[in-house]
Amino acid sequence: MDEVLSVAFLTSVLAAAIPAGTAILYACLGELLCERAGVLNLGVEGMMLMGALGGVAATLWSGSVWVGTLGALLVGAGMASIHAVLTVGLGANQVVSGLALTLFGGGFSAFLGQDLVGRPVPATFGDLAVPVLADIPEIGRILFRQDALVYVSYALVPLLWLFIGRTRAGLRLRAVGERPEAADAMGVSVGRLRALYVVLGGALAGVGGAAISLGTNPGWQEGMTAGRGRIAVALVIFAGWNPLRAALGAYLFGGVEAGQFRLQGAGVPVSSFFLNMLPYLFTIAVLVLATREAARRRLGGPAALGRPYAREERG
Amino acid sequence: MIHDERSPAIEMRGIGKRFGATAANADVDFVARFGEVHALVGENGAGKSTLMSILAGLYRPDAGTLAIGGRPVRLRSPREAIGLGVGMVYQHFMLVEPFTVAENVLLGQERAGPWLETGAVERELRELGERYGLAVDPRAPVWTLSVGEQQRVEILRLLHRGAKILILDEPTAVLTPQEAAGLVRTLRGLAADGFCIVFISHKLDEVLAVADRVTVLRRGRVVGSVAAAESDRRSLARLMVGRELASLVERPAEEPHEAVATGEPVLELAGLRAEGDAGRPALAGIDLAVRAGETVGVAGVAGNGQRELAETITGLRRASGGRVRIGGADATNRSPGEIARAGVAHVPEDRLADGLIGGMDLAGNAILRRYRRPPLARGPFVVARAVAAFADRLLKEHGVAAPGRRTRLGTLSGGNQQKLLLGRELAGEPRLIVAVHPTRGVDVGATEAIHALLRAQRERGAATLLISEDLDELLALADRIAVLFEGRVMGIVPAAGADPERLGLLMAGVDGGGVAPVRRVAVAGG
Repeated sequence: MDEVLSVAFLTSVLAAAIPAGTAILYACLGELLCERAGVLNLGVEGMMLMGALGGVAATLWSGSVWVGTLGALLVGAGMASIHAVLTVGLGANQVVSGLALTLFGGGFSAFLGQDLVGRPVPATFGDLAVPVLADIPEIGRILFRQDALVYVSYALVPLLWLFIGRTRAGLRLRAVGERPEAADAMGVSVGRLRALYVVLGGALAGVGGAAISLGTNPGWQEGMTAGRGRIAVALVIFAGWNPLRAALGAYLFGGVEAGQFRLQGAGVPVSSFFLNMLPYLFTIAVLVLATREAARRRLGGPAALGRPYAREERG
Repeated sequence: MIHDERSPAIEMRGIGKRFGATAANADVDFVARFGEVHALVGENGAGKSTLMSILAGLYRPDAGTLAIGGRPVRLRSPREAIGLGVGMVYQHFMLVEPFTVAENVLLGQERAGPWLETGAVERELRELGERYGLAVDPRAPVWTLSVGEQQRVEILRLLHRGAKILILDEPTAVLTPQEAAGLVRTLRGLAADGFCIVFISHKLDEVLAVADRVTVLRRGRVVGSVAAAESDRRSLARLMVGRELASLVERPAEEPHEAVATGEPVLELAGLRAEGDAGRPALAGIDLAVRAGETVGVAGVAGNGQRELAETITGLRRASGGRVRIGGADATNRSPGEIARAGVAHVPEDRLADGLIGGMDLAGNAILRRYRRPPLARGPFVVARAVAAFADRLLKEHGVAAPGRRTRLGTLSGGNQQKLLLGRELAGEPRLIVAVHPTRGVDVGATEAIHALLRAQRERGAATLLISEDLDELLALADRIAVLFEGRVMGIVPAAGADPERLGLLMAGVDGGGVAPVRRVAVAGG
């Protein structure tokens, strides 16, 4: 047990928490954008799975992880555009459409990926040490010896935060999610913007899938996202629709996931079934706490979240 | 920007618009000029808002043509309308509440650069505000503003975008008399500067005071367009309704009131406190009593605790302090069912949210208060025959115009829905009636019927708490009027001979000579 409490052990858990959390982070940022525009997309899991598969397939075809990532991004965006057409275009129920997308993505990726199971990917995201920063004791090991997708996410978090809060486009995004009628009356195209952010959200979920299939667990496995897409949806609430808090939450989950593996590796006498359960238990605990805090501080999501918008409907 | 002084600002010809089976507008001609305030009047449902939403680009007409500044146009969106200088202030403000005033003004405007910069806009808003008497802090988040201030933001936003034609949909309905007078001054000033102002209203005094011309709509059609100077209440009312109506023509305040009743107190509130939806205090210690046979009116600008007051009394909202006593027994924080069984009728503000079920049939709605007990219930079953008899009787007694009890409630007009609701609530001879805006969104005929019902209840000996934003209604029905401001009772005045000016000051938080702190902390608007 001493081994578990050492600095080295903690550093290794944290260093593993970052890549494990990064896949969730991409998906969570995507869902966050989508929800800020007022659309709930519960299909993240399905989009991630399709993205993971698309990433593997595109890498096998091209031999490049970047082309692979682009493939994952496009597949995720394509999946999300189904949701956009159904919910924004036709005003379908967002919950039903999202759940359908999750089921569809799970089944369809398993079907398409049959021949790819177990095939090694020719290229994966390897760890890159950032000069100078990587040599900082402990911190360097945790933050700056990671793969390229992690570094991209480091930049994406503050950029999205700035985008939402400080730009004119961000103002439109928030308006469409808070009060679509007002945005419409002021000449903002509500439908077009919502569709755009649903598709962007799907693209990020796809990249999240690639962060697993080309990064932490290279190769294709049926159902390999293992519920991370669902966790990402829950995390958006924990994050209070704020990208900075989304990063914090994603790394927390990454930490639980990484810690669980390391604890098993260290031979801690706890049932592995219990350890496997931890991320999901944690999700429930976090949701309870976040919801209570939201109720206490009267934080709400975007006011029009989940509400379809159609102009000529009366009262 | 089109701005030709000689052409009419707005010229609508043969406009038609249907919603499902209802024709909201049919063959409507409407012409308004720059430099005039043009009132558009008519009953609820006469098609005023629909016509103006077409002009503002929100709805597309099924028939007819539209010219702005003499040039024929076809509007496909509000953006195009604003581009042509047409802007509308809706009844329900189109503001994003978490945004600041400046952010709301910037929304949808094309400006250079990706960043959100509010400095220049804030300066411009201050200048515009000073020029037209529309003072408001550009940095304040909209949810912290009073309803009157939010309305100013709406007008400022349109001016800032260069609108030359302003449409205001019942703008004074949510204002104190003083705020309304300020708005009228602003509108006259804008007209003098060459703007075209279209003013939608059904308050005839106000229309005659502010407008140069008046166009009257009835059932979707124009029934007259006259110069305000050559018109009066009586002729406008006749045009609006199509028949003489006593209550519209005579000042209701002049109707005789009996002296304040001396029955037992039925409702007693002591230091009642409650929180609003946003968690801010909405009721800050209310003391009020209503006696048997007495109607106490509650006046106030929207959002000063009226809704919370009704909800706390009827058990829909938790009281965070103080006591509610009904018929001498404590009823604080009892369940809505217990309170109803104690003899309390509730006419809620939003009848389709809190009073009726739109998707259910009339019979189902009629029995909501009594389906648990015989004769309507037998064990776990509902007795169909008893339900039918009860529902049919209710519909007949209250003159609900509907094909039958199996009709879906949502298909009825607001007036008929409200008559059914009142019939259901009053069927058990309640000792206390809590009525919130009982005639809102209801046509004139139904309004008369509802007023008669409430008067009859008062004579029967029921205590009534009547919450309304319509001062005329309160003066007509109430014995005493309590004025709410920021969750407190600012004053209680006898309705007989009450001075609307003094009521207006109380509604603005001004008590007699002294000025109360008019900082809005307690209440979110809307």
